[in-house]
Amino acid sequence: MEGAKATVCMREITKTFGSTVANNCVCLDINKGEILSLLGENGSGKTTLMNMLSGIYYPDAGQIFVNGSEVSIRSPKDAFELGIGMIHQHFKLVDVLSAAENIILGMPGNGRLDMKVVNEKILNICSLYGFDVDPKQKIYDMSVSQKQTVEIVKVLYRGADILILDEPTAVLTPQETDKLFAVLRNMRNDGKAVVIITHKLHEVEELSDRVAVLRHGQYIGEMVTKDTNAAEMTNMMVGRTVSLNIARPEPKDPKPRIVVDGLTVRDIDGVKKLSNVSFAANSGEILGIAGISGCGQRELLESIAGLQLVESGSISYIDPETGKQVELIGKDPRTISTLGVALSFVPEDRLGMGLVGNMDLTDNMMLRSFRRGKSMFADRKSPRSLAERVVNELEVVTPGITTPVRRLSGGNVQKILVGREIACAPTVLMTAYAVRGLDINSSYTIYDLLNQQKEKGVAVIYVGEDLDVLLELCDRILILCGGEVSGIVPGRGANKREVGMMMTKLGGEAGK
Amino acid sequence: MNPKVREPFVRITKRDGLASWRGWLIRLISLILALAVSAIVIYAMIKLNPLKVYAAMWEGAFGSEKRSWVTLRDTMMMLCIGVGLAPAFKMRFWNIGAEGQILIGGIATAAVLIYCGNSMPTWALLLTSFVVSSIAGAIWGVVPAFFKARFGTNETLFTLMMNYVAIQLTSYCVALWENPFGSNTVGVINQQTRAGWFPSLLGQQYMLNVILVLVLAVSMYIYLRYSKQGYEISVVGESERTARYIGISVRRVIVRTMMISGAICGLAGFLAVSGASHTISTSTAGGRGFTAIIVAWLAKFNTFVMILIAALLVFLEKGAMQIASQYNLNDFASQMITGIILFFILGSEFFINYRLVFRGKKEAK
Repeated sequence: MEGAKATVCMREITKTFGSTVANNCVCLDINKGEILSLLGENGSGKTTLMNMLSGIYYPDAGQIFVNGSEVSIRSPKDAFELGIGMIHQHFKLVDVLSAAENIILGMPGNGRLDMKVVNEKILNICSLYGFDVDPKQKIYDMSVSQKQTVEIVKVLYRGADILILDEPTAVLTPQETDKLFAVLRNMRNDGKAVVIITHKLHEVEELSDRVAVLRHGQYIGEMVTKDTNAAEMTNMMVGRTVSLNIARPEPKDPKPRIVVDGLTVRDIDGVKKLSNVSFAANSGEILGIAGISGCGQRELLESIAGLQLVESGSISYIDPETGKQVELIGKDPRTISTLGVALSFVPEDRLGMGLVGNMDLTDNMMLRSFRRGKSMFADRKSPRSLAERVVNELEVVTPGITTPVRRLSGGNVQKILVGREIACAPTVLMTAYAVRGLDINSSYTIYDLLNQQKEKGVAVIYVGEDLDVLLELCDRILILCGGEVSGIVPGRGANKREVGMMMTKLGGEAGK
Repeated sequence: MNPKVREPFVRITKRDGLASWRGWLIRLISLILALAVSAIVIYAMIKLNPLKVYAAMWEGAFGSEKRSWVTLRDTMMMLCIGVGLAPAFKMRFWNIGAEGQILIGGIATAAVLIYCGNSMPTWALLLTSFVVSSIAGAIWGVVPAFFKARFGTNETLFTLMMNYVAIQLTSYCVALWENPFGSNTVGVINQQTRAGWFPSLLGQQYMLNVILVLVLAVSMYIYLRYSKQGYEISVVGESERTARYIGISVRRVIVRTMMISGAICGLAGFLAVSGASHTISTSTAGGRGFTAIIVAWLAKFNTFVMILIAALLVFLEKGAMQIASQYNLNDFASQMITGIILFFILGSEFFINYRLVFRGKKEAK
């Protein structure tokens, strides 16, 4: 039999949601002792396919074989019994419980719970694969990467030998990613089957043994990773040839647009988030902001946008036409915009902050414009035409402009948000993790849009997590470390390793 | 095929873009099913002919012209409260305090009628009551809103407790205005002069109630759907962070919206006193402040759909009273029928959003 070696065979799997076909006759083999990358653009059906293995969805048609016999996976419990465990993009942990309590949650046991035995077993698993988990630590005390580790241990504790990870690196720093990959390699060497869902090509190349590509819900093909390259994988994913270079035109006549001086911010608990931050963002330039997660990027952008309580310092906006300075601190977003400061902000939390998930495209476009005019009634005509224009120009995939935004895939949601923010004709455009979770095609669309804004003379601030992109796209890079400026380097000719060092240590190696 | 490999017997899939007429068809079917189940219950428990019971219910609500008008009047009352609750719930502000807001509006109206009844013409009395009752209701709504906006208090508990304050105030006022002395009721206010009572319009005693509430319903529909403030309400309701991001003052919207919500509920008190019972007691609101929550939610804040739901609920209530007296039953039997019907109508929403796929049936492509 062809699938003798394969531990999981999926045959002709089809799944539809209403009129959308998420998977169409997909066949996939997963082997033991191998890391398989499942590659595809946003909305190509990777997660849906894996959700059917882990019992979240039930396929409309098709068969699943595990270790040679056909099975029916009706619930996550069935999946666990077959040794299939999935680590979802959004963690499913109880914040107030400890790691160990989360790990054993929902498992059958006898009347008496012996946490000692549990902890020991957890530590055994950890030492076997090289995890670093304190079973007694509470979840709310943990970083994102630690939470993810708990999720993985949870699955292993239940005896899973087929692990599925849904975009595990989307929330990790480069260092954390390396650690995760080392662990995954250990698991493979232990004979487990590992599937990672991703759309980052360099991860595929670095980690996996085999790669399978999906496009628009269809299975396109599979390759041994070492026999292929980034260009070929992209072509399979997108269906046409895509250039992988990011353009970086020379800035034209850069002049300071936003000048931040001595900015200090504390959060509600009095913890210093930003300390004495000073820099200038120039017109016609993309200023990158690099730093590990939680080092103050969010607070910085929100301070400029008027959403953050500032302890001390000043943020002044210099009007490109009159040259007049406007102080932004102490003003809310509405006051800032009535002062004539054309500030656009693409926040990190798209559906929780930038957009309203349950509203349709038109109503989301209206967020920026609904106050216009003296009438008591809101004008819905111009937002509607704006929605239509954004859908056309940015190639947003949507059933229509009356669809609630939350039903769209991540890339399309982002296009709508960026499209709206650019439509305000900003003089300052701030973006936080603008391409997080986006596939290659959408990412490049966003880079192009940012470059267009830059060429129009807009001061663009780009907070990113992918150092490669920051180094290729930005004219200057501001590096934050623990809420302080670790350095500002020119983007051209910057060294990735050096920037990485500055992210973790003030001033890098030299700044000791 | 391996016999152990069985599809689940039934599974749930989401429906996509159901035509609205099919949605209404499902609701209609659920109503018919509810009537059928009620019929079985009626027959099994009290051995009565269900059809006769239904006929009696109809009789109770629409048996005579007077009854029909009373049903209509009460429907309008229910609709008025639902319209008042709509903006608050749309903003995800759990206003459980309509009951208190109605009572306060009622007290205000009664006070105007009692103290100014002999010194003002009817139109001025009505206008004054209208204004005073809506202000009183607005204050009752703004207090919890202010504390929520300022200190983040829980509005569910706060509004609920405001109800008890209103009930105690009403008891106090009843004692104050007792008439005749010793009866422990206010009696019918201005019984001889009819001062401050709703006048008959087009020969109908309750026509003014109908017109007033329909105007409110239409205005609220337009307000929520097309005005800038209505848009702000929905943004705040969906996501406060988005509202802040876009520069909407969440505090102001909360307070303003609760002012409107409380004012309309206060007007319901005006309707109850000036337009219906012409008296005030602790049961003037009579639980309608709670029932109207069902009206607002089931209609998804569409005030026109609210008319239908308010009518259904009032019809059930009137019918229940009729069968209780006609067949000498206690309240519980009729309340069971109401419960069954509500259960089916609420349940139908599930079938409008989802459908069940049974084993062996393939989904249509």
